[in-house]
Amino acid sequence: MAGITSYGAYIPRYRMNRKVIFDQFGWFNAANASVARGEKAVANYDEDTITMAVAAATDCLNGKDKQEVDGLYLASVSLPFAERQNAVIVSDALDCSSNIRTADFGGSLRSGTTALLSAFDAAESGRNIMVCASDSRMGKPGSSQEYTFGDGAAALSVGSDKVIAEFKGSFSASHDFIDYRRLTEEKFGHDWEARWIRDEGYGKILPETAFGLVKKYGLDIKDFAKIIIACPVAAALKELVKILGAKPEQIQDNMVSNVGDTGAALSLMMFVAALEEAKAGDKIMVLSYGNGSDALYFEVTDELEKVKEGKKGIKGYLSEKEDLSVYGKYLVFKNIVPLEVGIRGEEIPPTAMTVLWQQGRAVSALVGSRCKVCGTPQYPRQRVCVNPDCGAVDQMEDYRFSDKTGTVNSYTGDNLAFCWDPPQIYGSVDFEGGGRIFLDFTDCDLDSLEVGMPVSMSFRRKYADPQRGHYGYFWKAVPVK
Amino acid sequence: MAKGIKNEVAVIGMGCTKFGELWDKTSSDLIVDAYKEAMEDAGIEKKDIDAAWFGSCVDDVNVGKGGFPLTKALKLPFIPVTRVENFCASGTEAFRGACYAVASGACDIALALGVEKLKDTGYGGLPDFGTLMGTESRITSTNMTAPGGFAMMATKYFDRYGLSPEEGKRALAHVSSKSHHNGTLSPKAHLRREVSIEQIMKAPMIAWPLGLFDCCGVSDGSAAAIVCRADMAKNFRKDPIYVKALQIAITSAEEESYKSWDGTHVETTTHGAIRAYEEAGITNPREEISMMEVHDCFSITEFVTYEDLQISPRGKAIMDVESGFYDLDGKVPCQTDGGLKCFGHPIAASGLRMIYEEYKQLQGKAGERQVENPRIGLTHNLGGFPHMSVVSVTILGNKL
Repeated sequence: MAGITSYGAYIPRYRMNRKVIFDQFGWFNAANASVARGEKAVANYDEDTITMAVAAATDCLNGKDKQEVDGLYLASVSLPFAERQNAVIVSDALDCSSNIRTADFGGSLRSGTTALLSAFDAAESGRNIMVCASDSRMGKPGSSQEYTFGDGAAALSVGSDKVIAEFKGSFSASHDFIDYRRLTEEKFGHDWEARWIRDEGYGKILPETAFGLVKKYGLDIKDFAKIIIACPVAAALKELVKILGAKPEQIQDNMVSNVGDTGAALSLMMFVAALEEAKAGDKIMVLSYGNGSDALYFEVTDELEKVKEGKKGIKGYLSEKEDLSVYGKYLVFKNIVPLEVGIRGEEIPPTAMTVLWQQGRAVSALVGSRCKVCGTPQYPRQRVCVNPDCGAVDQMEDYRFSDKTGTVNSYTGDNLAFCWDPPQIYGSVDFEGGGRIFLDFTDCDLDSLEVGMPVSMSFRRKYADPQRGHYGYFWKAVPVK
Repeated sequence: MAKGIKNEVAVIGMGCTKFGELWDKTSSDLIVDAYKEAMEDAGIEKKDIDAAWFGSCVDDVNVGKGGFPLTKALKLPFIPVTRVENFCASGTEAFRGACYAVASGACDIALALGVEKLKDTGYGGLPDFGTLMGTESRITSTNMTAPGGFAMMATKYFDRYGLSPEEGKRALAHVSSKSHHNGTLSPKAHLRREVSIEQIMKAPMIAWPLGLFDCCGVSDGSAAAIVCRADMAKNFRKDPIYVKALQIAITSAEEESYKSWDGTHVETTTHGAIRAYEEAGITNPREEISMMEVHDCFSITEFVTYEDLQISPRGKAIMDVESGFYDLDGKVPCQTDGGLKCFGHPIAASGLRMIYEEYKQLQGKAGERQVENPRIGLTHNLGGFPHMSVVSVTILGNKL
């Protein structure tokens, strides 16, 4: 029977107290006081839905063999590329095989569960699919969405072997219910009246699929240990619990108070949080919402306990946070206001796509060489061994650094280099098992660094070239917490 | 080892423009100015020059490619001219070309000239390396600038030798403060004012732990040398300066991607110095070198160079720095003209500017900053970063 075989999540390090937004824009719309509570997760300047998906999938794989992944689906409504598949950037970063099925799912906040349902279809024919859902939506300054939207990602691996949560069935509804909409070329979306969305949207569409599922499988709402309702609106959620006749303890926290509305990723992130607390035999219902709803029914197995070790998950990432108290940084990270970047920020030489293609896994998965004669790992890929006592020619095999840890050999915080969040921190890293690479550092403060401290690799957006429609991705070092 | 070119080549004329933010000069102006002074100093005519080597580094954004900028500015008459570029060591690379041409017998007299017009690039500091180092660099290299690249060496040096940031920065401040003093005595220098150790330590941070005064001037300028066979040098002047050694060492990529380099010194300087001392027959550099001009692009660079050149023992440069060993009145005065720090750093002119200072000192013509009775001068010209560098070491003397 197909089901979930592992889970993972990612929440960016920065959390912004929503009062910071209210201090800036409360004067404009005092009614937003109702949503100016708690904090939201904010992607760093070098993160986007692709990099967050890679982080969540890495947490999900947790060292498992990437060659077992037969497909990678990526769901989001805020993917960087409209044309150039986003999912394949994720699968390449994970160093999955090139001969797998990759696909982007989007258009609706329901796309996370739709991708998951498609994965179960594939699992029926024996495939293992990695499903990632990742969102980083922008709320227009002054809007309620600016408060509620948060950034994050979830990843679920789907297959038929060692299933931790069996997929028992689903019930879907598709409606062109236009509560929130955004054109392809638009940065910010538009909504209709909140009360209508509450009553006719959440209040009717979610019960339609929840009761549809229960009826279809001859169950009762009270049979579920946890119900995931991807509804970020507090009043609507309260009403829904009543409509469903559920007990408060059955309802999974919607993460709005500490992460925010993570769009297409919300239902799956909540599902991951539920799995972290679940026990064998628990029935879990997942209700997504967006131009309809998918209701999914799972039953947890005793395999669950075996995959928990070593994962950060929702719990781990919630505890690793840094306060983002400067609203201006938020506006800049989200590219909402232009910044005087100076000549070093403006000068972006064209990226040769030929070189990017030649480099392949060297860039996407930090793959270097290891000398078969002396065993020295080295980056970038070499034909002549860098070890002066070896120097062997054409005796190299591929060697992946992205999943290795290292220690800081040296570092600096550079105020002259252009960086969206100066100083630009970089240094040289000596890898466990050998090899040295000079890398940019991220998600750390200069004062916290020391020679010899351990770091791991994180896939990030290295530079943006909007004039030529390109983002360059590469790996950065992050101090191990 | 090959026998080298010791005492085969003599410098018979040199020129150097004022360095600085020369907003009203073009690179052609600077070429002509440096050339004129060198020609007058050597007392030769254009027709006497058999070949020329021309150094410029940041070619695409100011001076231009090839030998044309030199030949067009000077109207050189269809002689062989080669443009050379080896990062910040381009000036010495031009000098090396001219010296080798003369030493080989291919030429009697050759010209070496370096020029840079950095203040036409629009950058504070050097132009962005992402634009200079190619596509692969843009895709995978760190967002590194020159100060950042060298700052990492300070971080590692402090860590390895147990210096607190305060102790380390104070030692580096001594280095810069000394050069600022020498700069006040150097009429052609870019920056000519005293700066105290306290001012240096409190300056705005550029790349931790290096502050503003740990970084050299970014300047426009040009310098030139005329060299000939040593045996004909006295036909031109009574006080020619002889080339005792000229060595270049360039990275093997070990520093960047192999574990052997500890990051507290510059491996190429170490190799270049050993070979230069061997070529010149110097066995005790601390005693035999009268003075030197090293590549102090940053205070930490000069600091570790003391050790790489075997003047100070490894890890002990701080003692010599604090005792005034490298001050103008010390045992081995360093950066007598202010160095890159204060004379300024128009990239491809710097190597020749260093040789210019040693030439003047060895002739006893260094004015207020004259070192007493020098015999041997050394220049050290470094390009790139500590982990990916090219270094040239030149040794000059006033006796055959």
